[in-house]
Amino acid sequence: MASKQRRLAGRTGSYALLTLLAFIVGFPLYIIFAGSLMSLKEITSVPPSLFPMHPIWSTFRDAFVGGNLGQYLTVSFFQSGIIVVGQVLTSILAAFAFAYIQFPWKRTIFVAMLATSMIPFEVTVTANLQTVAALGWSETMQGLVVPFLATGFGIFLLRQAFLQIPKEMHEAAVIDGYSSWKFMWRVAVPLARPSIAALAVFSFLGAWNQYLWPLLETGSNKNIQTIQMGIRGVGGQVSTANVSLAAAAIAVAPLLILLVFFQKHLVRSLTAGAVK
Amino acid sequence: MAKRTSSLPTAGVGVFRTKRDRRIGLALTLPSLALFLLFTYYPFFKNFQLALYRAAPFPTLPNKFVGPSQFFSIFSDAQFWDSVRSTVIFVGLVVPIGVFLGLLMAVAAHQRLKGIRVYRTIFSSTVVSSAAVAAVVFSTILSPVSGYLPSIGIHAPDITSSSTWAMPMVAIVSAWQFVGLAFIILTAGLQSLPDDLLEASRVDGASSWTRFWRIILPLLSPTVFFTLIVGVIYGLQSFGQIDIMIGTQNSTFTHTNVLIYAIYRFIHVSANPGMAASYSIALFFITLAVTLIQFRILEKRVHYGQ
Repeated sequence: MASKQRRLAGRTGSYALLTLLAFIVGFPLYIIFAGSLMSLKEITSVPPSLFPMHPIWSTFRDAFVGGNLGQYLTVSFFQSGIIVVGQVLTSILAAFAFAYIQFPWKRTIFVAMLATSMIPFEVTVTANLQTVAALGWSETMQGLVVPFLATGFGIFLLRQAFLQIPKEMHEAAVIDGYSSWKFMWRVAVPLARPSIAALAVFSFLGAWNQYLWPLLETGSNKNIQTIQMGIRGVGGQVSTANVSLAAAAIAVAPLLILLVFFQKHLVRSLTAGAVK
Repeated sequence: MAKRTSSLPTAGVGVFRTKRDRRIGLALTLPSLALFLLFTYYPFFKNFQLALYRAAPFPTLPNKFVGPSQFFSIFSDAQFWDSVRSTVIFVGLVVPIGVFLGLLMAVAAHQRLKGIRVYRTIFSSTVVSSAAVAAVVFSTILSPVSGYLPSIGIHAPDITSSSTWAMPMVAIVSAWQFVGLAFIILTAGLQSLPDDLLEASRVDGASSWTRFWRIILPLLSPTVFFTLIVGVIYGLQSFGQIDIMIGTQNSTFTHTNVLIYAIYRFIHVSANPGMAASYSIALFFITLAVTLIQFRILEKRVHYGQ
């Protein structure tokens, strides 16, 4: 009896702690959505509302019309889409070569590619701006995406996945006379699908949330500014707090959907290298 | 199987090894290789050349070759050390807050309870928030006008223009963003611990407090270290929230002028690629030092873990 009571008390304590933590961490995210449905008067009142009593949707219209978010969203979907497809393709090709093909300079090239993750992009921004300008890509979509089409992390992740394919599979493929190209697309890639999905989700998250490069590269060309630049434009002022929050809600919504549906894949990519 | 002869990772098994395959193998790495050479290695080394030139007073004049003196001059420059100090304070706030909260959440959520998945999703959720999104919502929450803070009894001044509060504020925003990642990594670490050990301590009747300090934390310490390193690198790259919440117009920017922000200002405000490159080199060596510490720890863990 006593132990049962103790267990019940323990469980209540656990829920209390979990709920407190969820409140601390989840409150800002909650306010993004709750605040975007409030009138300006409601959100700036003292004490402020915690729940939109009379939800209004015009904030979203204001964000789209006044903040031109439709344009920014389109650019972001293109920019992130191209980066995801590019990173997945270049990573599949290189990772497969490292996993299954014997070729000259193999180890040197492999180490050189892994070493790129030691150089943060921020460190190369200054010279990359000049390179992009020299290519005639300043303030263009090419300039926005091409520098990100390859990833050392992606190559590492997919190579691991390819190497986990059972030995019997490639032995059988060799006996059946599969070429390396055929083996890659018919056997290796389908079997590595979970890791490829993990890489795609990870790439999308990174590309969508990019800030420094789009800020510097797109300059004054509003036609290729991403959603993050859009928020920068409407963000921060209290006089439009509810519209700013609506813009933030729109920007974060695709990623929240991604998190809910692809949580496993996202966790997989984020923890690659963390735990053996 | 062939024995591994060095500590370097073997690059693969090499099933396909005909002459044609050798050419294909090289060709498959070419797209990545070309991109890395052009957008990672070239700009990296270009920094060392850029740092040799001093920006001309007018953009139309050519930059002047001054040699390595410009790079070394940053070490006797008060502004550089201010930036380093701001970076250290910033990272010193973000990482402990993020890792502590992340650890608390990971341990609290590491049990079989109804609805635990909902909590886990909430705890992971900040990982999807961008710097801009975080900056907007925290501007609202922390605003002295809209009043979430005054209503719980905190009467802070307008924090974006307060030299005392500007730094803690942007650090809290980054810490919040980082908590989700810290939670995810630490949870993965917890789940890889042997269940029977944790179970046994529970049966022994050890209190949760004792279990946490005596059993969970020592076993989890390699993952905690890893999370700390990831946090430092994350902190070194935080830029967007400072740009949105403080901005270059605000006089308090000097208090939040972390290295990455200083680089941005050299590029964007003062058009001085030579100084931007010099600061970039410094930022690289700081990041490298942190990464090397990580490798040392990982290496140790591999030895002790097996």
